[in-house]
This record gives sequence, structure tokens and C-alpha cells, in this order.
Amino acid sequence: MALGTTSDKAKRQPLVNARFVEFLTQSWSYLFLLGLVVFFSLTGTGFFSVRNFSSILTTSTLIMLMSIGQTYVVITAGIDLSIGWTVGLSSVTTARVMRDLAAGGADVEYAMLAGVFAGLLVALVPGLVNGLLVARVKVPPFIATLGMFGIVRGAAFLLTDGQQVVRGLSAELREALRGIGNGSLLYHIPDHGLVWFRQPPDLEPTQIRQVSQLLPYPVLITALVVVVFAFILARSKFGRHTYVIGGSEEAARRSGINVDRHLIIIYVICGFTAGIAGVLHLFRFTAGAPQAGEAALLSSVAAVVIGGTNLFGGEGDIMGAVVGSLIIAVLQTGLVILNIDSIWQFIVVGVVIIIAVLVNQLQTALERLQSNV
Amino acid sequence: MSEAILTATGVSKHFGGLTAVDNVDFAVHPGEVVALLGDNGAGKSTLIKCISGVYRPESGTVIFNGADITHQPPADIRSRGIETIYQDLALAENLDVGANVFLGKEVTRRLFGLLPVTDDSYMRQEASGVLDELDIHIPSLTQKLVNLSGGQRQAVAIARAMYWNAQLVIMDEPTAALGVPEQRKVLALIRSLREGNIPVILISHTMHDVMAVADRMVIMRRGRVVANILRSDATEEIIVRHIVGSAENGENAVMI
Repeated sequence: MALGTTSDKAKRQPLVNARFVEFLTQSWSYLFLLGLVVFFSLTGTGFFSVRNFSSILTTSTLIMLMSIGQTYVVITAGIDLSIGWTVGLSSVTTARVMRDLAAGGADVEYAMLAGVFAGLLVALVPGLVNGLLVARVKVPPFIATLGMFGIVRGAAFLLTDGQQVVRGLSAELREALRGIGNGSLLYHIPDHGLVWFRQPPDLEPTQIRQVSQLLPYPVLITALVVVVFAFILARSKFGRHTYVIGGSEEAARRSGINVDRHLIIIYVICGFTAGIAGVLHLFRFTAGAPQAGEAALLSSVAAVVIGGTNLFGGEGDIMGAVVGSLIIAVLQTGLVILNIDSIWQFIVVGVVIIIAVLVNQLQTALERLQSNV
Repeated sequence: MSEAILTATGVSKHFGGLTAVDNVDFAVHPGEVVALLGDNGAGKSTLIKCISGVYRPESGTVIFNGADITHQPPADIRSRGIETIYQDLALAENLDVGANVFLGKEVTRRLFGLLPVTDDSYMRQEASGVLDELDIHIPSLTQKLVNLSGGQRQAVAIARAMYWNAQLVIMDEPTAALGVPEQRKVLALIRSLREGNIPVILISHTMHDVMAVADRMVIMRRGRVVANILRSDATEEIIVRHIVGSAENGENAVMI
């Protein structure tokens, strides 16, 4: 006797527009992003321009980088509340190492390289401790990373002696940081056309205002990180095991997956992408700031959820988080261009998060109806 | 009868002062379905866990295919071919059939001859093959398990055991959570395992299931084996009397 007859029966009486609803629930965030872009392009002067789009992409990198690691964690039914301060810790550490090495007479390039290395390395520490607490000591992720939230915050401020920024970065160092943080691989300049690598230094002030960055370095770096981690999650054995753990930790253990080790690596990845965000933040703003990622933490969780990743684990992808980050960045920029108080951005993002969760639930309910169990 | 594939001799397991399994002898022969019966707390699950390696018995030996597996870790016992399918099935319901058959043992291929990626089409194809062998039809192999029925999920768990060359399948209450048509399908699967000469140990409270598929019934009570009855000699009444204890002595007699 063949199994499957019950669901065959269910298929004979299809839900009205089930396919359409399924399409909507799976791709609403993409459509919503498109809708926002169209809306702001029609209503806001200056929104629809290469210059503005490039600025939106650059703005989105902070949240996007944080949301990449966060996606991995959330798929395992966890959450990492500490990465906002990991961004700051990494930014501050990078700034200090660069400053001190440069002050000690090292080449700027060498100081920068060592600083970046230190900033990325230090970001792995909270991730590692989070992972150990969650996997080995079985502390709920919310609590473990909330504790780490406080610890990393304190550590970041200790490194600046309680100041809002790391003081004493030399002008030469700042210039070099800006070259990457505010630079672009490709520029479009009226009367000059396309220019690679560097903005010509002899531009008129009016020309400078019309320069478009076609491939800003922060965006390129973020894109690279997105591609690498999206590939690992979607295609590799490691990615598959991440979904297995999110679906059923018990099934993962019984099938021989080393769940503890896997969870530790995932929290380290989450610290790592926050570390990249911290280093980039320093390059963009040339000031090592403990609170660099403070506001972005909840936005990164929002981006993950808006992108369709299930907070109960087992479902989600990096592209969702990318779209979620872009939605937040478009809202931020669009509301400013429409001259609406930027406070409204919080309210709109809040509403979008709730819609995202409702759509996710609708999808689950729909699947249940279809399978008719 | 042919030589036993699994022989447990004098197995005992205590929890504190409680004797969960008391000096039990138990054997399974190739191609037979043995029902393990008994009231709650009779020691069925504990005995099974002593076989699958989850528990370490304090005394006694378990021999499987001629090898002593008494104190081996569960993973080693599994790799020797004893597959236990628990009530919760241990499946990742957020993934498809192929992913579940290959859970933890994913097959990879090299993308551009370089990057190792999961070979989903191969795993799906292999899963489809073993499902065909078991005569299980699942409408779409790309469906997540959460969209399948309870019986189909049970089938996937069995298919996984089959694919990895199970030589003995232990099933704990496989029909407990299922509707009647699905129960029948699971029983059909147990029969097809037997036809493939793969023995099955079936723990069940459902007398109907037991009478339908078991070749032999082993009945436990208070940690001991109190009866070992061939299907041809069994009636529901005899079995129930052994389970409640009224067969050995007059006390506890219950009218059925």
C-alpha cells in the first residue's frame, strides 16, 4: 500500500489562490522593498539618483553585516544581543592599535593592517564566550548574550577611558582611513566620466557635489561577506547542519552532528561579522566609538526577521537579511528626504517587523492547511 | 529456527533501589517481528535502551551478529546496524526527505571542482530509491517534512534506517500518534522489512498492531520476561492475562 493518499485528497480541493498567497508570503519583503523604492522615488526629490542609492547601500552596510551573523544564530533558534557592543569594541580596538602603532613610528599601512587584524580578532572573543555558554553550559542565548552585552559594553568604554571616541588619531591616519571608508572603486564625475580608484584632487566644489560613487569600498566589502556567508549557509554541509540544529537539536545530536562545536562556531561567526562592521565603521567615520553599533543591534534583529528568518529557528536565509537591511536603510533615507521627522522611522520599522512576523505565521498556517494533517 | 542475530543474556539494570530490568534473556532471529509487550514500567523501554546502548546494563551480555556490544556507545551500536526509531522520530521537519535520509551524513560534490557543496539532487534521488523499495509514495520530494502526514514521516524515518543498511530495527510505539489508515501503512512497512529479512523489535500498547504483524510476543512484567508466545498460540486474552499478571497466579486477576 502506498503512503501519501491523504495528501492527494487534500490536493484535490485546492485552497483559493493558495499559490498566490504562497508567493506573497515568500517574497513579500522583496516586493515591499521595491514598493518603498518606487514610492520614495515618486514622492521625494533627489531620491531616485545613483548618488542617493549608493549612499543608501553604504548606510545599510552596518546593519547588514551584523544581520549576517545574526541570521546564523537565529536559524539555530538563538539570538545574539551582544553584537551591538562587539561592533564598538572592535571599532575602539582597531582605532587604538592603529593610533599607538602610528605614534610609535610605524608605517600607516602597517598600523592599519595590524589594527584591522586586532579589531577582527577581538570580536571573536565575545562570540566564543557566548558560544561556550550556550552550547556547553546550556545558558539560554537571550541571557548569555545579554550578560555579554554588558561585559562588552564595559570593555569598549574601558578602552576609551570612558570617552565617546578614541582620541589622538593623527591626521595622516584619518586621511588614510577615509580613503577606504569613504572611497569608491569607481566614480562617475560630470565632465570627467568614469574614474577608477581615486577622486581627482583638483575638482571644483560644484563638481564634488555631483560626484557619484558607483562602487563604494564599504559596499564592496560587505557584498563579499554576504556572498561568502550566503554560500556557506545555503550550499555547504556546515550550512545544512545549521538548519538541522534549528529544526531539531535532538535529531541533530542523534544523527551524529557535533551540535556543541557547531553552535560555538556560529556564535563566533556572529562576533566576526560584527567585528567587520566595527572596523568598517571606524574607516567610515574615522573615530573609534564604543557605541558604534548600539542602535544597529535591534535593527539587525529586525532585518533578520523582516527577511523571513523564523525566530523559532530552522528557517531563513542571508538574502532575507540583506533585503531586511535595505528596507530599513531605504526607510531611513526616504523619510529624511521627505522631510519627515526621523523619529517616525522607528515607528515604521516597528510596524514592518510585526507585519513580517504575521506573514511568517500566515505561511505556517497555510502549509498546515495544505498538508491537511 | 535459524540462529539468533541478537541475543541478550541475563541483562539487569537498576535505577537506585528500583530494578527496571531483572536478569532478562531475550533473542531476535533474522526476519522475525518480535513484539515487546508489558504494562507501563514493565521494563520494555529500559531493555531496549540496554540494547541500543543508551543505558549500560549492570550485568548480562548483549551479542549482535556474533559481537559483544554490551557496553558500546550508541553511535557504535548504530553503525553495526541496530537502528532505533523513537516516537519523536528524530527528523528535521524543516528540511526535505533527501536531507533527512542523509541527516548528519550529507553527501557533497565539488562545485567548479573546488568548493564542496551538498549534493541535494543525488540525496533526493537516493531517498527516492529507498522509498520506492519500501513502496512508499511521497508526492513531492522537495517538500519539507512538516508538510507531510504522520505516517509519511514515520516512513521517512524507516527509509533512513533502511538506507543505512539497518540489520535490526527497533520501533517504539510507531503507530501511537497516527490515524487508522496511517497505522495500516506503518504495519505494511514493518511487514516489508520482514520480507527483506530484517528483524523488527516492536514496542506497542496496541493489541491490534501486535496481532497483525508480530511473529512472536515477549511479555514483560516488573522487569522480567514472563511469557514468550508464538503468534500461532496467541490470543488477545492470553496476552492481556500475562501483561496484567493473572496468568502466573491468582492475585490481580482482572476480568477482561
